[in-house]
Amino acid sequence: MGNILRTKRFWLVAPAVVYIGFFMAVPLLQMAYVSVLERGDYGGVNWGAFSMDAYISFIFERDLMDNLVVNTDYLQIFVRSFGLSAMTTVFALLLGFPTAFYISTQPQSRRNFLIFLVTIPFWTNILVRNYAWMLLLRNGGLIDGALNWMGLETGGLDVLYTPYAVSIGLTYTYLPFMVLPIYASLEKLDHRLVEAAFDLGADKRRAMSRVILPLAAPGIAAGCILVFIPCLGAYVTPELLGGGKFMMIANLIGSQFGAARNWPLGAGLGFVLLALVLISMMVYSFKFKSLPEESR
Amino acid sequence: MKVDASNPLWRFRGITSTAMFFFAYLYLPIVVLIALSFNENRLATIWTGFTMDWYVTALSNDDMLRAAQNSIVVAVSATVLATIAATLAAMGMSRGRFKGEAGVSAMLVLPLLVPEIVTAIATLLFFVALGIKLGLLTVIIAHTVFCIPFAYLPIRARLEGMDPALVEAANDLYANEWKAFRRVTLPLLWPGILSGAMLSFIISLDDFVISYFVGGAGSTTLPIYIFGMIRIGITPEVNAVSAMMLIVSIVFVSISFMIDRIRY
Amino acid sequence: MKLRSALLGASAIAFLSAGSAQAAGDLFFYNWSNYFPPELMEKFEEETGIKVTLDVYDSNETMLAKLQAGASGYDIAVASDYMVDVMIKEGLATKFDAKSLENFGNVAKPHDTMKYDPEREYSVTYLWGTTGFTYDAAAVDGELENSWKEFFEPREEFRGKIGALNDEVEMFNAASYYAGVEKCTEDPAEAQKVLDVLMKQKPYIAVYSSEGTIDRMSAREVQMHMQWNGAAHRTKESIPEAVFVYPKEGLTYWADHFVIPDGAPNLENAKTFINWMMKPENAAEASNYAGYMNSIKGTGEFMDPSLNADPAVNMPEEYADLLIPSQNCSVKARDLRNRVWTKLKN
Repeated sequence: MGNILRTKRFWLVAPAVVYIGFFMAVPLLQMAYVSVLERGDYGGVNWGAFSMDAYISFIFERDLMDNLVVNTDYLQIFVRSFGLSAMTTVFALLLGFPTAFYISTQPQSRRNFLIFLVTIPFWTNILVRNYAWMLLLRNGGLIDGALNWMGLETGGLDVLYTPYAVSIGLTYTYLPFMVLPIYASLEKLDHRLVEAAFDLGADKRRAMSRVILPLAAPGIAAGCILVFIPCLGAYVTPELLGGGKFMMIANLIGSQFGAARNWPLGAGLGFVLLALVLISMMVYSFKFKSLPEESR
Repeated sequence: MKVDASNPLWRFRGITSTAMFFFAYLYLPIVVLIALSFNENRLATIWTGFTMDWYVTALSNDDMLRAAQNSIVVAVSATVLATIAATLAAMGMSRGRFKGEAGVSAMLVLPLLVPEIVTAIATLLFFVALGIKLGLLTVIIAHTVFCIPFAYLPIRARLEGMDPALVEAANDLYANEWKAFRRVTLPLLWPGILSGAMLSFIISLDDFVISYFVGGAGSTTLPIYIFGMIRIGITPEVNAVSAMMLIVSIVFVSISFMIDRIRY
Repeated sequence: MKLRSALLGASAIAFLSAGSAQAAGDLFFYNWSNYFPPELMEKFEEETGIKVTLDVYDSNETMLAKLQAGASGYDIAVASDYMVDVMIKEGLATKFDAKSLENFGNVAKPHDTMKYDPEREYSVTYLWGTTGFTYDAAAVDGELENSWKEFFEPREEFRGKIGALNDEVEMFNAASYYAGVEKCTEDPAEAQKVLDVLMKQKPYIAVYSSEGTIDRMSAREVQMHMQWNGAAHRTKESIPEAVFVYPKEGLTYWADHFVIPDGAPNLENAKTFINWMMKPENAAEASNYAGYMNSIKGTGEFMDPSLNADPAVNMPEEYADLLIPSQNCSVKARDLRNRVWTKLKN
């Protein structure tokens, strides 16, 4: 019996794993090789000529005397991107959890409709959506104008091209990725359970923490991953709404394959990011491994 | 299943208003975007009058329409493939712990962890090394890869904490495994599958970097087309196309609802 | 209409047909979007019977990265000067000897030659332009000096109301002209000077963005913007007071050229296309559409009068000396430039 189960499981998991393994892991190995090669004079790489420059220059740079000195530029960009992603994740959670909860309490037919409603705006292009935000947020724009009209404000809104605008835009972009997974796990909540908890004298907070949150926990975890990590790679929104004043990881890596034509550094930075994310996920899973278990 | 009277929403007052705020936030830019598609002026910042001209321009721009068509073909194909693979994987992963589980988990979310541009160049080099001709097919293959985690995680979250006895009971009930899947597992998983598929679809539809690099002659997608417009500047034509995509999405949704109605 | 059919045909059939259309009579054209008039494309298809398929990119660099990784299947690519150099050196361009084409005689001086392709064996100029800056004359009393100083060390009136291109190369080049430094410098001390100029300017910048420069100027969100001259021309349509400055320190002159990528499946059609584009009426139509000058003699009568009348596009002779061609920098210079850019954005 156990054997049959194992075989069956193998065949269930195999398609996805083999597919990703072949079309992702194998190409990445090639890219890892690229990251330890010498860069080509005109971009590309010199196949067969090894160099660790990409990884060295993540932390060090050569000063005028050709000595290696510590260079925090790249590190700062990484820290900024992680901070912005974390902030976006928190905002998306604060807004996304109540929404997912709300949707899950609606009647069946309405629920599917609302789920579509969450994703329909994203059939438009990211560039156009950001342009719409720029029009809304700019001084003399629609929000500014509306506030002035209501007599709530003097002077400009001064939000566009600031980090605030970036977090508004990023939260917007990643909201569905928070709402849908939470919805998927909350949907199985039997609301009579909640009612029962209230009948047994639980207050709102206890009902939330003992009944609802444990059920939503896997969805929240999935949502956070789907917001936090893709957000690290965001480049369009920070550039447009932030006024291009600060670089994000994706801009930095992109420019290595672009104007700088430094493929090894671009690949190297990508693997540093991959390692950091993997480490933080491992730490996370060690810390919280027992949580879902207990909640069952 | 759920009785309305037991709806606990009335206990949590903030929930409804947050959800309302959420939808307002979500649709505010969309309203602006659609309004602008009717702006006579080429410049978004100046409203000079109502016109349908941009729709006419967009509908006669064959290159852009072809790009939109490519985008939809890619997104639909990648979503279907990724959702099937992800559903199977999530079912496999939910049946208790096993050796190497952490590795398999990591593999399933790997596409999420690597910056797009690195994936894009890596995949391109790989296809070229294999001698595969670049085109829509390669774009679909690459999109399927990065769609899998977006489909997998919601389905997995759905399965988490679900009683495995349910599925086992179904297996006992129906001699035919497919029937058990169709009658019990699929309806149970449905909210997760729907969520995962929707996320795959929108992430595929918006992708620029990977589509650009792994595409070949004739496989330009809509995001690539729009990003390429910066040499001259983006016109309300793009808003018109976006608005038309919204109409397509609504048609799409309506059809699926109708199918739903017929089925049940 | 087509969208709906796309929805219905969202199946394997669509992509099979898209990949296999490589019969005789095709031309795969690789360009920026909306940088070539669709009507002109139709005219070409009608006159020659060749079917054109357009694919697009968003920058020279992404185009290069893609060709370098081995992508092929394009018959015509449009590349800026320095990129033509890279493509030739990397063996990514096909030698087709433009001078042997029938209409090459129409090419005006100095476009019959090019720094990186002096004999025109690999390329023919499509359109060319300059990168300067535009300001709204209504925002200031009197006239501004013809100098990058006004952009990099702006007067009170313009502070916080300046847009810059979000372009590593363009910004570094302009700052290097102002700092009096060679733009492909390999000397860290000189690169530091460029960085100083850029850092000093940063607090006055409202936004670094290459997109929507015309919109921002027209809405008076900014009152000075680094711009390509074609964009400056279109800014003037909504702000007649706008002035395009030819700074005395010099400004980048760039040209985009037709190149035939290595391994082009339809070489003869590519040549037919390039030859056809050297006819004055066709070149003029491209200019009218894009707002940039072409390189062909005798286009005057076909050109939009407003283009000829605009000093931003039709450059007055006196500024000819200010033009500095774009340049393909060495590895070391590119590293310095990228580090300056990274520090600026930190």
